[in-house]
Amino acid sequence: MDLLSYLPFTLPHPALLLAGVLEGTVLAAVLALTALGLSIVFGIMRVVNVAHGEFYMLGAVLAWFITHTITGAVGGPPWLGFAVALIVAPLIVAAIAATTDWLILKRLNYDPEATIVATIGILYILQQLALTFYGPDARPVEAPFDFRVQTPYFGYSGYKLCVVGAAILLMLVVWLVLTRTKIGFVMRATQYDSETAQAFGIPVDKVYAGVFALGAGLAAIGAVLIVPIQQAHYLMGGDPLLLSFIVVILGGLGSLKGTLVAAIFIGLSDGIISTLYEPTLAKILATLLVAMVLVFRPQGLFGARAA
Amino acid sequence: MLTLSNIDAFYGNVQVLRGMAMEVQRGEILCLLGRNGAGKTTTLKTIMGLVQARTGSITLDGDDIATLPAHEIPKRGIGYVPQGRRLFAEMTVAENLEIGLMTRGKGRKVRERMLDLFPVLRDRLKQVSGTLSGGEQQMLAMARALCLEPSVLLLDEPTEGLQPSMIALIRDVVTELRGGDTAIILVEQRVDAVLSIADRVLFIENGTPREAVDADELRKEPALVQRYVGIA
Repeated sequence: MDLLSYLPFTLPHPALLLAGVLEGTVLAAVLALTALGLSIVFGIMRVVNVAHGEFYMLGAVLAWFITHTITGAVGGPPWLGFAVALIVAPLIVAAIAATTDWLILKRLNYDPEATIVATIGILYILQQLALTFYGPDARPVEAPFDFRVQTPYFGYSGYKLCVVGAAILLMLVVWLVLTRTKIGFVMRATQYDSETAQAFGIPVDKVYAGVFALGAGLAAIGAVLIVPIQQAHYLMGGDPLLLSFIVVILGGLGSLKGTLVAAIFIGLSDGIISTLYEPTLAKILATLLVAMVLVFRPQGLFGARAA
Repeated sequence: MLTLSNIDAFYGNVQVLRGMAMEVQRGEILCLLGRNGAGKTTTLKTIMGLVQARTGSITLDGDDIATLPAHEIPKRGIGYVPQGRRLFAEMTVAENLEIGLMTRGKGRKVRERMLDLFPVLRDRLKQVSGTLSGGEQQMLAMARALCLEPSVLLLDEPTEGLQPSMIALIRDVVTELRGGDTAIILVEQRVDAVLSIADRVLFIENGTPREAVDADELRKEPALVQRYVGIA
């Protein structure tokens, strides 16, 4: 007799499970990039950037504008439009973030409470600007290439697998920059003690502007990568913001290792649960998990306990 | 060399320095003495630009540095050993020294000189600085500031919480520096340490400079210390 028939639940079909794992991996990769930006900003600047999701949205909307211009007005191929968008959109978003830092956050002396309120304001300003100039419609961006990778059960999008590869590569670059370069060295010194850093010639204001730009730029790269899979929409920043907060709270605010591990966990569980059951159930379980972590281990899985 | 004239400084709306003024020359050790909260640490922070002076001027060799951003001041050659050491505790000894070297683009030679001055650091280059003993941390804080090859060195309570052998070592290093071109401003609570190495002493009360006296005079007349610090 089949032993599996004694189980109190029905095992999902392997094809469905594989689909869930693959979708979860794509989500985890993009989420890790986006949450990494949020985590770096908090870790170094102690700023909880509530507008982080809107920088993600701006990345997607700008990607649409750029690809639409290149493929439509200029008549270039989709891969060219996407390649330009992948470079230019994050740079524009980073420049907007650096300007925001200079105009608003710096003037608040990076006060933790005041910057939360300020970034809520920035969230609404960016969202309404997108609604005004981009409109309420969700618009697709064509993938730069399209091929399928054959699994034992079905063919899977090659572009999605490339998104995972690109996200891993980018995270590796960020890690190398933070741990092996002079810029990363200066960022870490600023993170540990910004006043002493100034007393040793580190221009903390410029470091903060750069870090805020880097965080927003990472979110924008995540958005450009995902926009051929999900359409660009002015309200699309909400979900990544919620999931990024879930990830950085689970992993420990400011912990890069924690962010990565939590993003993989949340991404995979979201992908599998969404595929097998309901996307809403995945969000409910993730939120419950965060509540449990906040109760039993408020510093997160990899965060340092406050003295 | 370094001159402060009529400096007013505030924490928020609270005025901490009122008309602070002093002057220190190359090869001289000026010690700031006063009760807790008198404004000694704030004076050093104001020189470093970490607390902004609202009025008055701070000049280094005739150049006004009071209006410079804080990160430009160490590049002019002012080294700072903060109260409580303020090391980058999660970085290694070597990385802490590197921060000091980077400030004015100093290289390997200066690093070697610091490791000769504080040999115990040579064995601990890869150790995370937060795990060093108090005395070793103080040596690292001094070495990090000396990596700038400063023309002015600000020392904020360098012997605080140290055992006598460490205090003697720090005192020897400071005394050796006096022989060179470095001007030193020392904030110190230990009157015996002050009297043993200072050239001049400036008494501060409520953020205001009260009296500057030669250390020799003070050794003969300890009543001044009693008046301003409360101990003899």
